[in-house]
Amino acid sequence: MVTASEQSKLSFAEEPTGDGVLKTPPRPSLLQGVSIPEETPAGTSTPVINIRKLDFWYGRDQALFDISMDISDRSVTAIIGPSGCGKSTLLRCINRMNDLVDGTRVKGHLLLEGQDVYGAKVDPVAVRRHIGMVFQKPNPFPKTIFNNIAFGLRIRGRRYARSIEETVQWALQQAYLWDEVKDKLHESATSLSGGQQQRLCIARALATRPKVLLMDEPCSALDPIATGRIEELISQLRNDYTIVIVTHNMQQAARVSEQTAFLCLGKLIEYGLTRDIFTNPKVKQTEDYITGRFG
Amino acid sequence: MAVSQDTPAPAAGFTQSRVGHGKDWLLLVVCLLSTCIGGVALFTLLAYVLVDAAGWLDWQFLTSTTSRFPEKAGIFPALVGSIYMAALLIPPAMVLGIGAAVYLTEYARANKLTKFININIANLAGVPSVVWGLLGLGLFIQLFGMRYGTLLVGSLTMTLLILPVIIIASQEAIKAVPDSLRQAAFGMGATRWQTISRVVLPRALPGILTGTVLSLARALGETAPLIMIGVPTAVFATPGGVRDKFTSMTMQLFSWSDYPQPEFQYGVLAAGVVTLLVVLLSLNALAIYLRHRFQNRHG
Repeated sequence: MVTASEQSKLSFAEEPTGDGVLKTPPRPSLLQGVSIPEETPAGTSTPVINIRKLDFWYGRDQALFDISMDISDRSVTAIIGPSGCGKSTLLRCINRMNDLVDGTRVKGHLLLEGQDVYGAKVDPVAVRRHIGMVFQKPNPFPKTIFNNIAFGLRIRGRRYARSIEETVQWALQQAYLWDEVKDKLHESATSLSGGQQQRLCIARALATRPKVLLMDEPCSALDPIATGRIEELISQLRNDYTIVIVTHNMQQAARVSEQTAFLCLGKLIEYGLTRDIFTNPKVKQTEDYITGRFG
Repeated sequence: MAVSQDTPAPAAGFTQSRVGHGKDWLLLVVCLLSTCIGGVALFTLLAYVLVDAAGWLDWQFLTSTTSRFPEKAGIFPALVGSIYMAALLIPPAMVLGIGAAVYLTEYARANKLTKFININIANLAGVPSVVWGLLGLGLFIQLFGMRYGTLLVGSLTMTLLILPVIIIASQEAIKAVPDSLRQAAFGMGATRWQTISRVVLPRALPGILTGTVLSLARALGETAPLIMIGVPTAVFATPGGVRDKFTSMTMQLFSWSDYPQPEFQYGVLAAGVVTLLVVLLSLNALAIYLRHRFQNRHG
């Protein structure tokens, strides 16, 4: 396993350059000297996210209990579990979206490329700029298709704004949407179909070239055909991005993911390679859930 | 289980008499009558005013100052005074109103203090206008030592008067922006201000503008606060600066209603009322136009 200091390529305190490579020399990690035990399922690539003993509270209600898991680079990790088990909460811990909710509290460490996302001087906005997010319901801005994709570039300032046109095309091509919308880039994004809107949201997240893409039940509002296209897209993107997907649909988890984490009542019950979880679960509770005996 | 081939007998209790449509019908009549009474009252008022104004509302009326002689009297300084006042109060009212609304909805935590402030703003929107006039008198004239009846004092007092209305309208418009859009912006790594300025405010703008224009119409229709701050009724020149005295259309109408000649009480006054109504209805039309213009735009 690579040590934390070797991994630290990202800095949340400074803006990365346009191509995502930091010009300033890498800083020593905040967690230097902290020993990180092995948590990666056997046979996968190096982890890009290390979650260590993470507890999470909404006010007085504890939603996550002592979660430790590693998420592999350039692969798809699915988080499954019954409703209210903390799947989305865990996902939103990764890019600190939970900070926006009043009265939440976090304990533990969550490392993105060796940097603690919950470190003392970390700006949550800077964290979110390294991580793309796709939500349950497609939520394009009431702007044109072009301006939706350009949003992430424009809020990052001039350096990104220089090559907006190429980036918009590139992002739409990544999301396999370019051919459908190239003639109406300046029409409203809300005129697209639900599936197209969700692919637009994925393109919007990709436009800033994030390391990690978080997807919170991205297909739950879509019909089977649109779902199929999103799943196809996820399979294509796994070569370039670290994808974490929360899903209610166990078939979907089995189809698209390489690792699966099973959460129940805020606890990580089992985490491993998807084929192991679905064919040979080690914990009885996982087996019961997967076979439909509860949940 | 075997499926019956017989057609089922009509279910009992579906006939109209059992449901009780009698009250339905009564409510319909009450609502229809209420609508008609409102409509008839408005129509009668408009018809009377228009009939009275006929022959008096002409170019001479719009371009002259007031006079002792009804045929020479006009509304020009008051019309210009009202327009100047409106133009002067829009910038401070919008900046303060939208600023307060953004703070209260997007920044302030949902605690008791915020709740207290919100309730108070709602109450302030219901404070009688004459009280705002007293506030203007005490604050701007007695405390700050400004002159009675100037354009500046008039527009500042009116700013205070319409501020709660603008804040409430803007708050409603901002709250109506779906939270999923804020989530999308934050998820992209936008700061709070980027989220507000690039996503929330553009989307809330039609509602904010509508509220502003309608409250502006209210300010133009007020008389009591202007009496309180000593706005004169007879002004023969348009104000040349913000420290000059001015008069408004409402003040001019108020003074004409007190003139002894019936030509003033009916003809001239009616012509003034029609002028004021045209200005206010144009503002309402502008509000509707702005709403449609911005709702159909997807910058």
